[in-house]
Amino acid sequence: MSASDVNALELVDVGRRFGALAAVSNVDLTVAQGERRALLGANGAGKSTLFNLIAGDFPATDGSISLLGRDLSGVPARERTRMGLRRTYQNSSLFAQLTVADNLFIALRGVRPGRFSLRRPHRRGDEMQRVVALAERVGMGGWLDHRVADLSHGQQRQLELGMALVGEPQVLLLDEPAAGLSPAERTHLLALIVGLPPSLTVVLIEHDLDIALRAADRVTVMHNGRLLVEGTPGEIRANQQVRDIYLGSQGN
Amino acid sequence: MRVCAGRTAAWLALAVVVAFYPLVVPGFWTYQIGAQSLLFGVIALSLNLLAGYGGMVSLAQMAIAGAAGYATAYFGVNSTDLGIALPWPLTVLTAIALGTLFGAVVGAISVRTRGIYCLMITLAIAVGFSLFARQNYSVFNGFNGFAGVRAPAVAGIDFNEPVPFYYLTLGVAAVALGWLYHFSRTPFGMALQGIRDNPRRMRTLGFDVIRLRIAAFALSGLIAAAGGVLFVWYNGRISPGAIDVQPTIDILIISVVGGMASPLGAFVGAVAFVLLQNFAIDLISPDRFNTLIGLAFLVVVLFSPEGLTGIAQRLMRGLRGAVRAERPPGDRETSTEEATARRIS
Ligand SMILES: Nc1ncnc2c1ncn2[C@@H]1O[C@H](COP(=O)(O)OP(=O)(O)OP(=O)(O)O)[C@@H](O)[C@H]1O
Ligand SMILES: [Mg+2]
Repeated sequence: MSASDVNALELVDVGRRFGALAAVSNVDLTVAQGERRALLGANGAGKSTLFNLIAGDFPATDGSISLLGRDLSGVPARERTRMGLRRTYQNSSLFAQLTVADNLFIALRGVRPGRFSLRRPHRRGDEMQRVVALAERVGMGGWLDHRVADLSHGQQRQLELGMALVGEPQVLLLDEPAAGLSPAERTHLLALIVGLPPSLTVVLIEHDLDIALRAADRVTVMHNGRLLVEGTPGEIRANQQVRDIYLGSQGN
Repeated sequence: MRVCAGRTAAWLALAVVVAFYPLVVPGFWTYQIGAQSLLFGVIALSLNLLAGYGGMVSLAQMAIAGAAGYATAYFGVNSTDLGIALPWPLTVLTAIALGTLFGAVVGAISVRTRGIYCLMITLAIAVGFSLFARQNYSVFNGFNGFAGVRAPAVAGIDFNEPVPFYYLTLGVAAVALGWLYHFSRTPFGMALQGIRDNPRRMRTLGFDVIRLRIAAFALSGLIAAAGGVLFVWYNGRISPGAIDVQPTIDILIISVVGGMASPLGAFVGAVAFVLLQNFAIDLISPDRFNTLIGLAFLVVVLFSPEGLTGIAQRLMRGLRGAVRAERPPGDRETSTEEATARRIS
């Protein structure tokens, strides 16, 4: 399965309609293992919807998606996660009433056996060590016992990333992880993303063109639910269509 | 540390009070008030598990308790010629197993619905079960149900006596309550709370939301069934009237008045309910009782969505806030403890 000639993601003619609205249509996308791919596009271009289709939040109405060589049609979201797919959400999707440690613990349990266990985890057991290690990895080591609702927005985004790194992730979908952060927090989070292990496949939705082009090997631009162009950061930077549509709609 | 010590002291005080209570009050207070509150508290606790940790409000808990009560009668001693008299440990095991199974079935039927729809579907199950019991004579003995059900005598202790029965219900209540606090910190308990807050996120974290919810219903069925066994031993009888709409709603009222979010709330609500039920009769005519309960319900819900325990917690927090205000600034030790306290409650 993990032979590197298998693509991390392969989307063929994928589409999703919401009633009359085609949020995503005719998307063909191939992401190789270990690739860093940025996904760009104006508001409403269909980027988050595409993530939802890949992660199984809701099914595609057209086309097929495969993850690490396995066709995902009919595969529920939880199974995709156990196959190594992880995602973050554009709006923080954490358990606000629970602590940082509890959030990471829940995420860890999701991809490990014993989800129905009625035994308390050992305070210094292997699992708790993993939780601590994860928290430290995303710079939240000192905040384990803090309630998520009491954290700053930037810390919540860091935790959100930590939640996606539990277990043995293979493919990471990050939906605007730096949204709403201060420039300093942005730089910090970007460094975390750039520093992820090279074997990990990352698809990154990011509105900031500079950040996206710096973090990615390849860039895909969507517009009105369709793929507009795909290329290296250099090619995208030079592309007139992208400048017109993407940068134009961003305004100055 | 102070908050923790305060909490331990409060629990110890509560333990001492309930342990010595039957030694200082008359039999009526031990049995009708004490034991009855405890057993209703156990049934309501099964709802607090579902509602407090799972966000699923079920009206089938009294039906499940009733099913366990019927099983206790059918598979134990009763005054009809129906049933199979098993030795009492087997009677109890069978009743609890059937209650757990009933819980799982209720879960499987209602688990895809939320909010008002979950209420309606579980109410339909409860009413359906009560009607079925009323019409079925081969197992449920129809309208009359069963009488002559007795708690066992073990090692010379007759659990039909008020004081031993009180301690029996206290033991069951304490185990159930302690277990629920423990449960909230287990992987299953935390997953259930995650599902309550964000089921979609739980799915993409790898959880089987439907199966976890059904399992929670089964666990709550187990607790309700334990309460149901005590319930039938307490009354000595069970009939369809014991599980029709009124008792079904009483459990919801107990839970909401006590506070669904806190396990202890089930017992606070049960004590309030049993006290009202026993003494309101002296103040108003019996047919006004429901009006009074309804009004009490309304007042508590209006003033505190977290019920009586919510009011108590707010008072405590207010007191603690006043204490903290007198302490020098920078004394922040309570903040993490509060976080711990919140994640436990
Ligand atoms: N669950 C849904 N039901 C109905 N319409 C939806 C749903 N989700 C998305 N849409 C619509 O699909 C289109 C694409 O939305 P999507 O969230 O994928 O855009 P996006 O590229 O992520 O935009 P943004 O940059 O604002 O996050 C929008 O018109 C949106 O209103
Ligand atoms: Mg989006």
